[in-house]
Amino acid sequence: MASKLKIKVNGLVHSVTASLDTPLLYVLHNELHLHGPRFGCGLAQCGACSVLLDGKEIRSCVTPVAAVSGKAITTLEGLPALWAKERGTTASSPALHPLQQAWIDVQVPHCGYCQNGMMIQAADLLSTTKNPTEDQIRTAMNGHLCRCGTYPRILTAIKQAAAVMAKGGK
Amino acid sequence: MTGLLHERQLSRKTFLKGGGALIVGLSLTGAARAFDDPKAASPSHIGGVAGPPDPSQIDTWIAIHADNTASIYTGRVNLGQGTPNGLLMIAGEELDMDLGQLTFVEADSNVTPDTGNTVGSSSITSAGPRVRAGAASAKQVLLGLASAQLGVPVSSLTVRSGVVTGGGRTVTYAQLIGDKVFNAQLTASTLNPGQGVAKPPAKYTLVGTSPPRIDIPDKVTGRFVYAHNIRVPGMLHGRIIRPRGQGAYGTAATLLSVDASSIRNIPNVQIVRRGDFLAVAAPREYDAIQAASQLKVRWKDNPVLPGDGNIVSQLRAQDRAGRMVNTTTVTGNVDAALASAAKVISASFTVDYQMHGPIGPPVAVAIVEPDSAVVITNTQGVYRLRDQYLAPLLRMDSKKIRIQYVEGASAFGHCETDDAACAAAVISQELGGTPVRLQFMRWDDHGWDNYGPTHLSDVRAGIDGKGNIVAYDNSVYVMANTHAQETTHELVGLGSLQNSQLAGGAGPTPTTYNIPNRRAVGKSVPLNGGGYLKVAPLRLPSSPHSFPAEQMIDELAHAAGMDPVAFRLQNLTNQRSIDALTTVAQIAGWKPKVAASQLSDERIVTGRGVALSGTSAAVADVQVDRKTGKILAKHMFGVYDVGLAISPGLVENQMVGAITQTVSRALHEGVRYTKSGVTSTDWVTYPIMRFKEHPSLTNVVIQRLDQLPTGAGEPLVACIPAALANAFFDATGVRIRQVPMTAGRVRAALAEAGVTA
Repeated sequence: MASKLKIKVNGLVHSVTASLDTPLLYVLHNELHLHGPRFGCGLAQCGACSVLLDGKEIRSCVTPVAAVSGKAITTLEGLPALWAKERGTTASSPALHPLQQAWIDVQVPHCGYCQNGMMIQAADLLSTTKNPTEDQIRTAMNGHLCRCGTYPRILTAIKQAAAVMAKGGK
Repeated sequence: MTGLLHERQLSRKTFLKGGGALIVGLSLTGAARAFDDPKAASPSHIGGVAGPPDPSQIDTWIAIHADNTASIYTGRVNLGQGTPNGLLMIAGEELDMDLGQLTFVEADSNVTPDTGNTVGSSSITSAGPRVRAGAASAKQVLLGLASAQLGVPVSSLTVRSGVVTGGGRTVTYAQLIGDKVFNAQLTASTLNPGQGVAKPPAKYTLVGTSPPRIDIPDKVTGRFVYAHNIRVPGMLHGRIIRPRGQGAYGTAATLLSVDASSIRNIPNVQIVRRGDFLAVAAPREYDAIQAASQLKVRWKDNPVLPGDGNIVSQLRAQDRAGRMVNTTTVTGNVDAALASAAKVISASFTVDYQMHGPIGPPVAVAIVEPDSAVVITNTQGVYRLRDQYLAPLLRMDSKKIRIQYVEGASAFGHCETDDAACAAAVISQELGGTPVRLQFMRWDDHGWDNYGPTHLSDVRAGIDGKGNIVAYDNSVYVMANTHAQETTHELVGLGSLQNSQLAGGAGPTPTTYNIPNRRAVGKSVPLNGGGYLKVAPLRLPSSPHSFPAEQMIDELAHAAGMDPVAFRLQNLTNQRSIDALTTVAQIAGWKPKVAASQLSDERIVTGRGVALSGTSAAVADVQVDRKTGKILAKHMFGVYDVGLAISPGLVENQMVGAITQTVSRALHEGVRYTKSGVTSTDWVTYPIMRFKEHPSLTNVVIQRLDQLPTGAGEPLVACIPAALANAFFDATGVRIRQVPMTAGRVRAALAEAGVTA
C-alpha cells in the first residue's frame, strides 16, 4: 500500500507517495527525478545507485524508503552543496565538488553510468580519510564496478581531489 | 538541456501525430535531445519525415545557425568512447570553427544520415570521411558567398572561428547563411585528409589536439540524461518475464502456463503475452518489478546445452559426426613446410563465452500506435533497429517508425539493447499504444545477452633453424552471429535463424608476420539446435584468434631459444609493426632474455610477456601466486598506432579502457551454464575485475600525420590476453591456453606440469 512519506534529500524535505518497502532508488528517480543515482543491478552488487545517508555510502537499490526517514540523503547532485557546507562557506555554493572537478580534469568517464557511485564512495572515503594511500583508495572503491575500465583514472582523480580538499579547496 | 517529457504539458497525440507540427511537438515535449535545442533541427530536414536524408546534400550534414554556431549530423552515436569529440573535430577543422561552436546531433531516424551502425571502431574510419566531405564542401560554399559579399577572391580569404576575413573586412558564417539552407551538393561523398578540397594535415590546428570531452561535465553532475532517464506522459513501467538464464539457441523459451491470480495482490498490473513473449506493465516501477518476480510461470525445460566444461568435447564430437561446414584458405604448402621445419609446436586454445555486461541494463521507451511508432533507446544503429528489427516485428512500414538515440551504459557490442527496444514495442502495441518504458533487470541482461562466442582452435606452427617462421596451420571453430534478429522475434513466434543462415566463414592466420605457408580452416558451428548459446560481436570479435596466435609466436620464440621481442622483430617487415613493438619494449624497459629462463621457487613469482597485433603492442607484468593460482596484472604497457590520431587524448583513454577491460575478460570472465541454461545471472555469478586488482598503466600513442586515421576502440584488445599468458609462462615455465585464466585453471595447469609451490 502506498503511504505518504517525508524524506530529506540534498537539504530539502520532500513529500512522496510510495509503499514503505519501495527501494529508495525508485523514489529518487521516479518521484524526485534525480538522475545521479542509477539502476545497475538492484542487488547492491555494482554501486551505480549509491547515495550518502548521513554521510555514509549506501546502496539505494536495496534500501527501503521507510528506512531513511529522519536521515539526510545526499545524491551526486548534492555534492557541491555538501562541499560548501564542509568548508563552512555560506556564500554562493561552488559549482562543483572537488571530486567532480577532478573527474573532469582527469577525463575519467567513458559512458559514465557507474561514475555516480564512484564519486559518492570517494566522497565517503575522503570525509574520513583526508589523505588516503593508494591501498586505502583501492580497498574503499572495491565494491564499485565499472565496465568501461576507468579504474586507473578514478584512482588518479581521487588523489587529485584529496589534495585539493586538504588545502580547503584552493 | 531542458527537461523530460513528463515535465511538459503536451499530449501524446501531439507528440506522435503532429504532422507538419511534429517538430514543434517534439521540441516542446523534449522527447529527444535533438529537439530540445532548436539548433539541432537542420533546416532541410526538420524531422517530420522518415530518413535517411539525402547524403549528397550539404544540409544533411551541417546547419549553420544565426549565432554563428553549427549543428553537425553524423549518424554515429556516443557509446562512451567520445565519438562526438572526434567527429566534431573533423568537421570543425574543415570549417575553421571551434569545438565550442559545434553541436553534435544525436542519431534519429527522422533526422540524421545513415552512416552505418556504430560498430567495429568505424566511426572515424568510415563516418569520418563523410563528415569531412560534408564540412569541406560547406566551407567551399561559404567561401564563395564570402567572396561575393566582400568583393575579394576566395584565395584572399582567411577563416577563423567561423569569421571570414578578406580585403580588410569580415563577415561571419551566420551572416552568410545562418538558419538558411545550403541547397548544394557535396563535392565528393567521402574525403580523406588532404584529398580534394579537404585540408592537408600539415595545416591542421584542431585535429591532433586533445580538447576535453564535451559530454563529461554533465556526466559528473547528474545533469546528463541517459536513456534510463527518459519518461513520457502516461507511461507504464514494463518488465519482461523469461526463464532466469537462456537455454540453447533456437529453443528460446516455451511457456507452459501463467497463473495470473498469483499477482492479484499487486495493484494496476497488466500481463502482456504474445506467443511465448511474456511481460507485465504497471504505473509504478516497483509494482512492475514485484509482479514480474512473483508471477507464477512454468517454462518447458530443454536440457540440450553441454554444461560447463563440456563444450570442447561437444564441438569435437559434432565435428567427427560431420556437422561442421569447413572453409579452408591456403597459401603455399603448409604440410611440406611443417615436415621440413626445424621445430614444430602444436597446441589447442579455448576462450569461454563472455558477456557484454553494461553496468546499466538495456532500456527503451516505446509508443506504438496502430499507424505510427516512436522508440527511444541507446541502439548502435537507428536504421537497423527500425528496418531490420521493428518493422517486421510490429508489421509496420519502416517509414512510420521513428527511432531516437539517447546514450545509455556502454556495452561494447550488440548486447540486449535492441531486444529491449523490440520488447518495449511489443508491450506498447499489445496495450493499444500506451507508452511503455521497459528496463531489463540485471538477471534479464546477464541471462539473455548475446554473448561473445566461445572459441576453440587447434594450431600447428613451425620454424626453421634460424628462427624464421615457416608455416602456420590454424583450425578454428567459427560461430556466426545470431543477432540478425532478436530474442523477442523468436518468442513472439517469428522463429529463429536456421543454420544455413548462420555460416561461420573462414578462420584467420596471423597476418602481422611474414609466414610463407599458411592454412586456415574455419569450422562453421551449427548453432541452431546444436546446444549453443546465442552470440553477437563483443569488443574486437576477432580477439579470441589473437590469444592463440600471439602465444604460438611466443612458443616458437622459446623453441628457437630467442628473446620474444627479438624473435618477433626477425619475422616482421611492416615498419609500423616494428615501430609499435620497439616502442613498447622501450617504454617497458624490456631486457632481452629467453622467456622462463630465470624461474624462481618462491610461492609468489613474477613474469613479463609481450604481444603484438598489427600496429598495436602490449607488455604485461604479472605476479602469480603458485599456491592459490591467482594471476595479478601489476602493470601494463601499451602502444597504439592508429594512423592519424584525430584526438590523441581520446585514443589514450580508449587504451585505458581497452587494457583494463580486457585484463578483466582474460583473467576473470566466463559465462557459466548447466544443460538447461545460463547460471551467470549477476555480478557474483559472473565476476569482473574489481578496483583492488586493476593494473597500473603506461600508454603511448604514435601519431602518424601521413597515415589515414583508423579506429581506436578495439585493436589493442588483441594483445592483452596473450601478453598476460606469455607473462605467466615467463613466471612459471608453464603455458595456460584457456581464457579466462582463473585461479582454478592455473592451479590445474601448474599441477599438470608438475609445478608445486
